[in-house]
Amino acid sequence: MNAPQATAAATRLTYREACKQALRDALLSDPRVFLMGEDIGRYGGCYAVTKGLLEEFGEERIRDTPLSESAFVGAGVGSAMVGMRPIVEIMTVNFSLLALDQIVNNAVTIPHMSGGQFAIPLVIRMTTGGGRRVAAQHSRSLEGWYAHIPGLRVLTPATVEDARFMLKGALADPNPVIIFEHVMLYNMEGDLPSDMKEVDIAHAKVRRAGRDVSLITYGGSLFKTLQAADALASEGIEAEVIDLRVLRPLDTKSILDSVAKTRRCVIIDEGWRSGSISAEVGMRIAEEGFFELDAPLRRVCSREAPIPYAAHLEDACLPQAATIVAVARELVRPS
Amino acid sequence: MIKRVHLDHAHMQHLLKAMIRIRRFEAKCVELYQAQKILGFLHLYDGEEAVSVGVMEALTQDDAVIATYREHGQALARGVDPKCLMAEMMGKLNGCCRGRGGSMHFFDRARRFYGGNAIVGGGMPLALGVALADKMQGRSAITACFFGEGAVDEGEFHETLNLASLWRLPILFVCENNLYSMGMAVERAEADIDFVHKASGYRVAGEKVDGMDVVAVESAARNAIDRIRSENEPYFLECRTYRFRAHSMFDAQLYRSKDEVEVWRKKGPIVRFQTWLEANRLIKPEELATIEEEVDKEIAAAVAFAEAGPLEPVSELERFVTMEEVPS
Repeated sequence: MNAPQATAAATRLTYREACKQALRDALLSDPRVFLMGEDIGRYGGCYAVTKGLLEEFGEERIRDTPLSESAFVGAGVGSAMVGMRPIVEIMTVNFSLLALDQIVNNAVTIPHMSGGQFAIPLVIRMTTGGGRRVAAQHSRSLEGWYAHIPGLRVLTPATVEDARFMLKGALADPNPVIIFEHVMLYNMEGDLPSDMKEVDIAHAKVRRAGRDVSLITYGGSLFKTLQAADALASEGIEAEVIDLRVLRPLDTKSILDSVAKTRRCVIIDEGWRSGSISAEVGMRIAEEGFFELDAPLRRVCSREAPIPYAAHLEDACLPQAATIVAVARELVRPS
Repeated sequence: MIKRVHLDHAHMQHLLKAMIRIRRFEAKCVELYQAQKILGFLHLYDGEEAVSVGVMEALTQDDAVIATYREHGQALARGVDPKCLMAEMMGKLNGCCRGRGGSMHFFDRARRFYGGNAIVGGGMPLALGVALADKMQGRSAITACFFGEGAVDEGEFHETLNLASLWRLPILFVCENNLYSMGMAVERAEADIDFVHKASGYRVAGEKVDGMDVVAVESAARNAIDRIRSENEPYFLECRTYRFRAHSMFDAQLYRSKDEVEVWRKKGPIVRFQTWLEANRLIKPEELATIEEEVDKEIAAAVAFAEAGPLEPVSELERFVTMEEVPS
């Protein structure tokens, strides 16, 4: 993908390796941290993120679970109430639907409902997104749903540095945090500056500066958007690419700052358009940045259908660089 | 088999008083509900008092409790201050949860009371986590996980029993089988109504106990806890009991007959224990009068505390949506 070449002061590694190093770090630095999830131990992780951790840390701390999402997520919630720092892996966001009650009714409700008697310092990692030709039940992007819920922090690391360091921030947060790892990113390589020790988990980030249009995105769509920005640049359109990074709480200021500069905005979201995080971003601009706009807001989202298996249909369903280019171009230079 | 219950004079009075406290606390709640000082749902434990009182007697303060939404009795038997509970019922800031949880969501960190839970079966996975965390941190505590027989319909019951058994967690499963999940009779909901048999499917040992007999419950719970500690594995108690009143204040009770309720009322845990004590001259009329008087005073004090309590300022509505730190 679009990552720069390694320099002397950086290490080149995959997103997968960055996730693993983050987990290993967490286990080494805090004895309260333990991992639970399906096939994270002996199998090595469905996406090989946890490979080798069982051998290094043992079965007490790398807990293979049966296919009981509700029970092991709830066990994460319960253990977080009693002093542990669980990191629960749900194989994919699609399976998290089986644990929704524990996340929504317990993890995010108990601190408030108990009048602040309990915090739930629970981290849940799960893959999200489409592109692997595995059809509707394995390809959803439901991070926007989770971003609807007060009490959660929702992180979408799209770069190697965020994959490497967002977990540290998540574990320091006394509240439940969900980290969405886009399934198409695990093999991506990137450079990790060797002096980097942490990243913030509160702010969006400008991944490419530009003056003509803001392209606001996150997660698996970031690199498609950066590709689109390159293509637009070759046409003389300088797009600014904002990586939201944190879907909840949303960094409205960074969004408004960018739009105030470019006066045009396209939001790119692998979720469906209706009731999506893109809708929320757009509405915040409408509420607080309306008079900065020189053109209507635009969105590139997934088509409103379950993600199909057939490659041409799946590609047509998901946001693609060419669509982003077309929508942004039309916005800047209406035909 | 009454094995380890030392039924001395003081203990008998204590058990009776604990049940009367729950019964009268809830009777007061009904009055306050009718006066619209308590709102929302009011799920009464009337008839089931022996289960909580018996089980809690067997627990120590180091042990943990996961409760249900019908948890007034569970909280009172655990020793949560009736004043804080009544204030919670009335939505006051001096309630155990600042008036945010109400009837179905009592929490008390100091007593390791990890919540009433209004999603049937929703508390069961939490029990796994509490027990696992205690075990991983080297504490020898037991987690008592209360649930109604309706929770057996839910997947969480099965997932939780399996994991508790697989991971050999020190959990005492307390099934309060009151025969109805709201209006659904147990035999209309479950293909197999032998819950001990179901538990055995997950290799969790258990037994049925007469949930209307406080001494039988305490005895069974004490034996169960001994067994959990000695065998290093969970245990399952099915307490057969009955809810005398409606499921909630909105329930016309079309699903059961008045005769059925009357038959069970005659077997009620308080009338039964009290009658037995009186028949065997184990309690004097003046002792009973003292118990009732003391309980009434406690409840009057709880109501006064609740009535005098302030409301949480609306400006604090979002406080604790996210926590600033993990309370220690």
